[in-house]
Amino acid sequence: MNTLGSRRSSPGATMKQMGQEKNASQPSSKTLPKAATGIQGLDEITGGGLPRGRPTLVSGGAGSGKTLFGLEFLVRGATQYSEPGVFMSFEESIPDLTKNVASLGFDLDQLVADKKLFVDHVSITRSELGETGEYDLEGLFIRIADAAQRVGARRVVLDTIEALFGDLPNPSILRAEIRRLFDWLKQKGLTTVITAERDQTDRLTRHGIEEFVSDCVILLDHRIREEISTRRLRIVKYRGSTHGTNEYPFLIDDQGISVLPISSLGLDHDAPAERVSSGIARLDGMLGGKGFYRGSSILASGTAGTGKTTIAACFVDAACRRGERSLFFAFEESPQQILRNMRSIGIDLEPWVRKGLLQFHAARPTYGGIEQVLLLTHKRITSFQPSVVVVDPVTNLLMVSTQNEVRSMLTRLVDFLKTQGITAIFTSLTAAGSLEASEADVSSLMDTWLLLKNIEVGGERNRALYVLKSRGMEHSNQIREFVLTDDGLRLLDVYLGPEGVLTGSARVSQEMREKAVVTFRRQELESRRRELERKRRIFEARMVMLRAEFEVEEEIIQQTISESELLGEEVVQDRGQMVLSRQADSSSYKKDVRAKAARKR
Amino acid sequence: MPTTKTKIRARPRKPAPRKPVVWKLRLYVAGQTPKSLRAFANIKVLCEEHLRGRYQIEVIDLRENPQLARDDQIVAIPTLVRRLPLPLRTIIGDLSNSVRLLVGLDLRKVD
Repeated sequence: MNTLGSRRSSPGATMKQMGQEKNASQPSSKTLPKAATGIQGLDEITGGGLPRGRPTLVSGGAGSGKTLFGLEFLVRGATQYSEPGVFMSFEESIPDLTKNVASLGFDLDQLVADKKLFVDHVSITRSELGETGEYDLEGLFIRIADAAQRVGARRVVLDTIEALFGDLPNPSILRAEIRRLFDWLKQKGLTTVITAERDQTDRLTRHGIEEFVSDCVILLDHRIREEISTRRLRIVKYRGSTHGTNEYPFLIDDQGISVLPISSLGLDHDAPAERVSSGIARLDGMLGGKGFYRGSSILASGTAGTGKTTIAACFVDAACRRGERSLFFAFEESPQQILRNMRSIGIDLEPWVRKGLLQFHAARPTYGGIEQVLLLTHKRITSFQPSVVVVDPVTNLLMVSTQNEVRSMLTRLVDFLKTQGITAIFTSLTAAGSLEASEADVSSLMDTWLLLKNIEVGGERNRALYVLKSRGMEHSNQIREFVLTDDGLRLLDVYLGPEGVLTGSARVSQEMREKAVVTFRRQELESRRRELERKRRIFEARMVMLRAEFEVEEEIIQQTISESELLGEEVVQDRGQMVLSRQADSSSYKKDVRAKAARKR
Repeated sequence: MPTTKTKIRARPRKPAPRKPVVWKLRLYVAGQTPKSLRAFANIKVLCEEHLRGRYQIEVIDLRENPQLARDDQIVAIPTLVRRLPLPLRTIIGDLSNSVRLLVGLDLRKVD
């Protein structure tokens, strides 16, 4: 009879409370006030935090970080936003709780001593409990109210209130009471986080209390795929507010929870026109003569052993020379190994490390999930504030995740780097034969893409580099041979012959051949020139000789002429004188002599 | 409410307990709510019926002393705690189901 009575009364109570909730949930102001959680990244996704003065449900499976979420919300509230809080633990005891979060850098005891936090452990032992008739949770209300009053709380966490369903009989009363509790918390204007365990994928909570929390629901997920755990956070609903709807990876480390900051929901980062040298003069030449844009993302992809890391190291070296800070994420080699290898080609990075201009962060990505990698990169970048970042290689991330996730991670990283104005080089290992295809989904994120490949000619392999794309600048379309020497990198022209591109010794022999041809031609030319000169000289000598001969002859002839002229005159004169001297001859004789002379002719 | 040992002896019973124990009960309430009043009335009736003269009921209003709610782990109201005889027993609700209350308090053998 009595139990029946109590059951009958519970729907009535529920109805009454529903009415109450309706009154309470009518918002007075237009914009929803929010309480910042202080949890890294979460406030960005939620656009400022959790709904102020309202309950938020945080649901997730076992070990998904619900308790920590709640505690961090309180600790950050107390320390950063001077909003004290009350933590009602329905599962863990206070010493356990204190111990568990101490490893995350939260000193609960100190906060409790400072009256910034109140921790209460609700523990009911079912075995010593009986139930006879109607009850309410006024005891809990009183405890919360008292605790809130003691520290002047603005925030409350109930972790995990559904544990009461295991402790207390009569679920229908309990449900109604929990609903009343939420409404009461709302009336008090306490920003509340209610955690709940999710045991089935189609439900958020075990006992369906999500229907009482209408304002904000956050889902935490901890899944294992291919032996690597990943944590995800999703905002299922957030009434009256826009929010990111994706699943966001998050990480729990020694600084608490960090949700992957999706730094740019829109693409609104600056695009500086400043150019930075790639550290390889010839490569700068290929990129319009000035190098990369500052703040751009560069992909250096290529097959194994094509010199991707070297290109990155050159860029880092150049940046350090300019006095800029560089951060090198090595996912494949240890820093010592990189330093040694680069020294072998004349790039000494060690002084920069000693000067503090260059930092290495080397770890296998398999150490954590992909979001851990991303968060670590974020943290290191935020703390070191570099102007150049190298990720070597991004393809190693595929070991821990799918292509899709790597792509989304890189998108986030690239966006983050761009908003920070950091120039980044990503190296990417490609399988032979699929140089462009496998990279297509990453490459669209990149501003400049350097493709490195091996060219096999004449039984040897040689490195070649070309600029596949480079947004917003004039760039060379030429393949360059890429030679690693003892004193650095060199880019050389390749030879395009009838057999295709010539590199390495084929190029050298081609060079020799061409040199020989040139020499031969030069020699030939010179000999021709010499011959011409000789001929000219012969000609000139001949001319001189001829002139001399001519002059000699001329002289002789002239002489003869003048002699004979002289002789003629003398004869005539002589004859006249003879005639004159004889006087005897008559004119008829003269006539006779003339006639005889004519006849003789 | 005060117990009187004489009365216990005056009432002979078959399985007479060696040492008649004084029952110490504590009822936690939060103000004078109908449920609390009902619970008090119910337990009073029961005690009068079964434990006449050898019981104490201490009513604690948590509104006045919230710290006790924490110390004694009280969540539901009303809560009745049997502090003596040991072991500790806790019963929640308005105690309207007398059969359950008897079982809960382990009082059945008395009648």
